Amino acid sequence: MANAFWCIVEDDRKGAPKKVMAEVIGEAARLAGGNVEAVWLTDKASDDGIKQLGAWGATKVWVLENAAFAPYRGEVWTPVVADLVKQHAPKAVFAPVTSKMREFAGRLAARLGAGLSADSVGMAMEGDQLVATRPVYAGKLLAKMTWAKTPWIATLRPNVFKPADAQAGKTAQVEKPSVTIPAATMKLVERREETSTGLPELTEAETVISGGRGMKGPENYVILENMASVIGAAVGASRAAVDAGWRPHRFQIGQTGRTISPKLYLGFGVSGAIQHLAGMRTSKVIVAVNKDPDAPIFKIADYGIVGDLFEVVPALTDEFKKLLEK
Amino acid sequence: MKIVVAVKQVPDTATQVKISGADPKAIDTAGITWIVSPYDEFAVEEALRIKEKRGQGEVVAVSLGPDRVKEALRSALAMGCDRAIHVNDPALATADTLMTAQALAAVIKQEQPALVICGRQAIDDDMGAVAAQMAEILGWPAASWIMEATVDADAKTVRVGRQVEGGLEVFDLPLPAVVSAQKGLNEPRYPTLKGIMGAKKKEIKDVKAADLGVTAGAPQLAVKNLEALPARPPGRIIQGDVKDAVKELVRALREEAKAI
Repeated sequence: MANAFWCIVEDDRKGAPKKVMAEVIGEAARLAGGNVEAVWLTDKASDDGIKQLGAWGATKVWVLENAAFAPYRGEVWTPVVADLVKQHAPKAVFAPVTSKMREFAGRLAARLGAGLSADSVGMAMEGDQLVATRPVYAGKLLAKMTWAKTPWIATLRPNVFKPADAQAGKTAQVEKPSVTIPAATMKLVERREETSTGLPELTEAETVISGGRGMKGPENYVILENMASVIGAAVGASRAAVDAGWRPHRFQIGQTGRTISPKLYLGFGVSGAIQHLAGMRTSKVIVAVNKDPDAPIFKIADYGIVGDLFEVVPALTDEFKKLLEK
Repeated sequence: MKIVVAVKQVPDTATQVKISGADPKAIDTAGITWIVSPYDEFAVEEALRIKEKRGQGEVVAVSLGPDRVKEALRSALAMGCDRAIHVNDPALATADTLMTAQALAAVIKQEQPALVICGRQAIDDDMGAVAAQMAEILGWPAASWIMEATVDADAKTVRVGRQVEGGLEVFDLPLPAVVSAQKGLNEPRYPTLKGIMGAKKKEIKDVKAADLGVTAGAPQLAVKNLEALPARPPGRIIQGDVKDAVKELVRALREEAKAI
């Protein structure tokens, strides 16, 4: 439908949309009065995945299923989606913030000559104009952004927008457009999987536990992992801990690491340097445990304990266990 | 082999940033310490390493912005870049990522490098779009958030590892190509005294939008206004011995914050 808000689907590479799509579709539906369509480029779509997108509120799912679409290559995806945009004139094109979607949204905006608001944390209609809110300057300020014309292209930070409730009765119309797929020049050599921690992915987790310099060494992160497995959290680290070589860089939270926005953030031995706050200050509830009562993190923490994390972490883990076993 | 590195000058992370009293769309630049955006230092370092490994080549730093941006270009030259190009035009003062990408792509068309390296994103506006947008404008392949890069002996392809959720995807990109540097790609060098002295003699060429054939129009994305962060509700330090404190914390997280 003309004027629809399009949501580009991020999937799990096994035929299911990631749960962050509930947030993107939910927000798009709120802004567009329900006129939301999903666009799914994949090598492997599934009926269940399409049903899921419909249940979240997509009225139509554009399914573009072809081996050429995985892994993502901007040179392949961009012309295909840009052509569809030109034909069907959606009002907005949204995608979740992931490494590939950040690149893709940039390329799409360039191809269409349109504006891009990346890593948006708020959206509002002001009259017939969309206004996006996004953090700038290490999250010290918020910028309100407006577009010169449609389509309004934006990426949305995970865990910020209210997810759509899945409604079993809602189904999406499926459209399989015929498209011209350009030949890829870049060739995949291999994919190296990260060793699975068995814990949620950092940027998607609803609860994140972070360990800083106060952890004293890499061997001590096991106590955080124990707590994480009790409450279903991801484990991250501060830059100090990553630069010391205690944790791989992919676990770094902050300006030169991952930006997270969980429902609950628990920082242990994290001082709260500005560059760390830049990556986690949009967390909904912040808990800090640090020996130093003057640690800057206490300034933004909702709850703080001044104390030795090596005493607090095991005690807190036990307390979580008791609560969740009830 | 010629490599172009795009750098951006940004406020130091530790700098206090305030909204300008005169213009709600801009920050007050008085008293700000400016640095090269950290991801761009990874880009400069990688370009220099590729040149050093090949034993020949040229690394050209390019940046867009007002006069102060020369300092950032000097830093890149001090690290070892051979020369610099400064897109310095007031007409581009409100450039969004797309207009910036158009101007930088025009420089790249003139320079015809085999490889363009950028930082993953600049740490002021964190938009992270310029590398991808340049690639699209140039019609070149691109890889974002790279953790490793190797150029083959003939300078025909670059093999890069790009970071994605859950892993690393290794690609061969035919040159010319655009890549963006993720932290972990390398450890940037500090400029030596000799490098700093030498940088003063290296060329920084000023170019205007007109020299690039770029028309500076209204940006596609504009700042409507900047706002201070909404204040977080005041926090609470939970007192008492560890046993009582963690009990109270868990109770508060469950009953007050409903976060667990």
